[in-house]
Amino acid sequence: MKYLAQQAINALQLGSIYALIALGYSMVYGVLTMINFAHGDVFMLGSFFCLLLIAIVPVPFWLALIVVMGATAILGTLIERFAYRPLRNAPRVSAIITALGCGLVIQNTTLGISPYARPMPHLLDNVTYQFAGITVTTLQIIIIGVSVGLMMVLDFLIRKTSFGMAMRAVASDRATVSLLGVPANEIIAVTFAIGAALGGAAGLLYGMAYPVVSAAMGITVGWKAFVAAVIGGIGNMRGAVLGAFILGTVEVMTVAVLPSTYRDLISYSLLLLILVFKPHGLLGKPTIHKA
Amino acid sequence: MIGMTPWTKNRYLPPVLLVVGLIVTAILPSTGIVNDYLQFVIVSIAINAILCVSLNLVNGWMGEFSVGHAGFMALGAYASAILTVKLFPSAPAALIFPAAVLIGGTVAGLAGIPVGILSFKTRGDYLAIITLAFLMIVKSGLENIPYTGGPRGMLGIPHLTTVAWAYFWCVVAFWAIRNLVYSKYGRGIAAIREDEIAAEAMGVNTRAAKLVAFVTSSFFAGVAGALFAHQLQFINPSSFDILKSTEILVMVYLGGVASLGGSLLGAGVVTILTQCLQPLGTWRMVVLPALLVLLMLFRPAGIMGYRDWNWLKPRLSLKLRSKNEDKAERGKEIVS
Amino acid sequence: MSVLLETRSLTRQFGGLRAIGDLSLSVNTGEILGVIGPNGAGKTTFFNLLTGIYPPSSGEILFNGRSIAGLRPSEIARQGMARTFQNIRLFRQLSVLENVRIAYDAGLACSPLDALIHTPRALSRERESIEASMELLEMFQLGSHAEDRAGDLSYGAQRRLEIVRALALKPSLLLLDEPAAGMNPSEAMQLTEFLRWVHGKFSLTIVLIEHHMQMVMALSDRIEVIEFGVRIAGGKPEEVKANPRVIEAYLGTEGELP
Repeated sequence: MKYLAQQAINALQLGSIYALIALGYSMVYGVLTMINFAHGDVFMLGSFFCLLLIAIVPVPFWLALIVVMGATAILGTLIERFAYRPLRNAPRVSAIITALGCGLVIQNTTLGISPYARPMPHLLDNVTYQFAGITVTTLQIIIIGVSVGLMMVLDFLIRKTSFGMAMRAVASDRATVSLLGVPANEIIAVTFAIGAALGGAAGLLYGMAYPVVSAAMGITVGWKAFVAAVIGGIGNMRGAVLGAFILGTVEVMTVAVLPSTYRDLISYSLLLLILVFKPHGLLGKPTIHKA
Repeated sequence: MIGMTPWTKNRYLPPVLLVVGLIVTAILPSTGIVNDYLQFVIVSIAINAILCVSLNLVNGWMGEFSVGHAGFMALGAYASAILTVKLFPSAPAALIFPAAVLIGGTVAGLAGIPVGILSFKTRGDYLAIITLAFLMIVKSGLENIPYTGGPRGMLGIPHLTTVAWAYFWCVVAFWAIRNLVYSKYGRGIAAIREDEIAAEAMGVNTRAAKLVAFVTSSFFAGVAGALFAHQLQFINPSSFDILKSTEILVMVYLGGVASLGGSLLGAGVVTILTQCLQPLGTWRMVVLPALLVLLMLFRPAGIMGYRDWNWLKPRLSLKLRSKNEDKAERGKEIVS
Repeated sequence: MSVLLETRSLTRQFGGLRAIGDLSLSVNTGEILGVIGPNGAGKTTFFNLLTGIYPPSSGEILFNGRSIAGLRPSEIARQGMARTFQNIRLFRQLSVLENVRIAYDAGLACSPLDALIHTPRALSRERESIEASMELLEMFQLGSHAEDRAGDLSYGAQRRLEIVRALALKPSLLLLDEPAAGMNPSEAMQLTEFLRWVHGKFSLTIVLIEHHMQMVMALSDRIEVIEFGVRIAGGKPEEVKANPRVIEAYLGTEGELP
């Protein structure tokens, strides 16, 4: 029982981080119906930005978070502006390929600069609490807390502000929206920025939790979040969060029972299984076409 | 295009040239004209050409986006290596190698069936995701099989891929896929790319066409994988990851989508480019995807997109077309 | 007169929207049936149901006396039902000849093995396919365009090509979805003569969706009127033209059909 509760906290932690990244994938897919393959590598850069920042000037956790989120937000906007916007009206395949290419460029450039995995220095004092026989650290609390907090802010943004409404409008019908005077390009740019910022935050948090940072993280971790988003139904915010916690739980359970080399196998098999039975993910809705 | 003639009036010239090529490649190594490294490059170009043209069938002619090609390649590589290393290590090369390549292709081809079936109802982004999942599952699955060395892979694979064999299989692949493209299935596959609903409405059995496309594509990826394994003599799951798939994607989108000549061109350029960039080390893997991005931005169909050299087209279509055009030009009265 | 096509209580829902409701009508062999109705009435949905693009929510479709509901569109096409589309759906990148051949090939048997190694049997079928398709193209003055990209043709030629492609299926029933869309009245009348010729030459039964009233009146043996997915009237052209319910559907409560 205690063991399960312990694992539950681990799953919550991993799921929270996946959720932050998955939201980025879903937001972009929502407004552009495009799989932003580069997003995983933006997450990875979030960790590296943090490393870089601390190496130059050791700042407290909160400041690091804000700076990293700002940096990745800018990065996300730049990628959208120069790699994706020119392909707005090109066949969908071109956009996906470009995203894949961008992601790999980012990954391998980082690999070239830093071929070896690096440890993340501590950003805050980690206090361990004992709670009815279960161990919880401040780190875990912070990670889960910050993630959930950011998700709540995002939810508020989307559902209660006019920007959020504009974003949902663009996701619905981009062409008409610009005819109605909504600045679609700007909305899309800000959407990318927000998604990237969340990814950056996730990068920082991940680095703190599993304190080895490597260039391959974009694929090993970032793409798992993509799997999570698809499982939940890509384009759907609730789905992204749902998928993330499902995947986090599955992975934690897998590693508890099987050798860790089985993790990817189980995760991607789960994805395939869900897509076979629910082709649009758990919460995704198929679009009905009138031919 | 009107009045085009076959590139040679002698219908036996192409097969003869191919046989001559086979003889030349067979005796090439022993003549010492071409050194080992150059032979390695030639074989690599042949293997990459097979990978490229087979992926082109799905990504080019059928207009899908599969990122899983390296997964099929992996299956072929491992299946063939198991045969030559584990099961029949002392069998004579002339017998075991063709069998190994065929079995590699068959295993990969069989794996293409479920993916093909999934493509009946799923297209576009979701099919891309499915192929990604397939790739990861194959790679991760192989990492967990101790029999084939797990993450460390298999060593000591005999060097059975000669220039002649590579040439042979390359010719077979191009010939088979050319035949397919210029057949009822090939046109059906292209129709699916253009407009799947209209294709169905015009009597195209889209399910059969999709299955044929995926199985043929993965079969030859498996063949290439087998050749690859017996050239490098060492394979591990990381050889067949997303970077490998990306490499093949670059070949397709650089050389030309839906083009046989383009596949050859793309494979040649990328192989040579990769060799030239060797001194850059990991930075090599920045250049390749960057190239992909530039291609998408400026020339998404590639150098020879949707076009082909005449000498790769079957004689029948060329000959009959010029005859029919003469008839049309003489004119016919039509009730209107 | 025998019935070629019949629908019984045909219904189709899209979520909460009832696009076609309880539609029962029949098409006699050899006739030209016009289907008219205001925009959004469900006429194209009707064609999509007949050709199998989606299955009915309920009801039956009988073609040559056999139920075809639930069959795949390619099977229905091979049984002899061909169609054109409201927005031209040619295979734009492919050549004019290839467009026609694709439809013609639906009737050719070809196994994957035949295709992969180009057996003599496959080659003779290729030859047959090219010759038959060229003949068809020449009949419609498109022979000289055989090698051109279908997307490069003029609008009128594209419309013609769509009809040729449908004819290559050797259909017994031809469904035409607004073939005169985008044409001026004189072009529409030329098309009328053209369709009359096609009807006779190929011994077809035709179902025609059109908005050009003169064309529909001139061409059709009978007319069915659909509004909001429901049949509201039917009969000979003169009867339908004078039917007050039909006039109301198109124009509101006062006025006359042209």
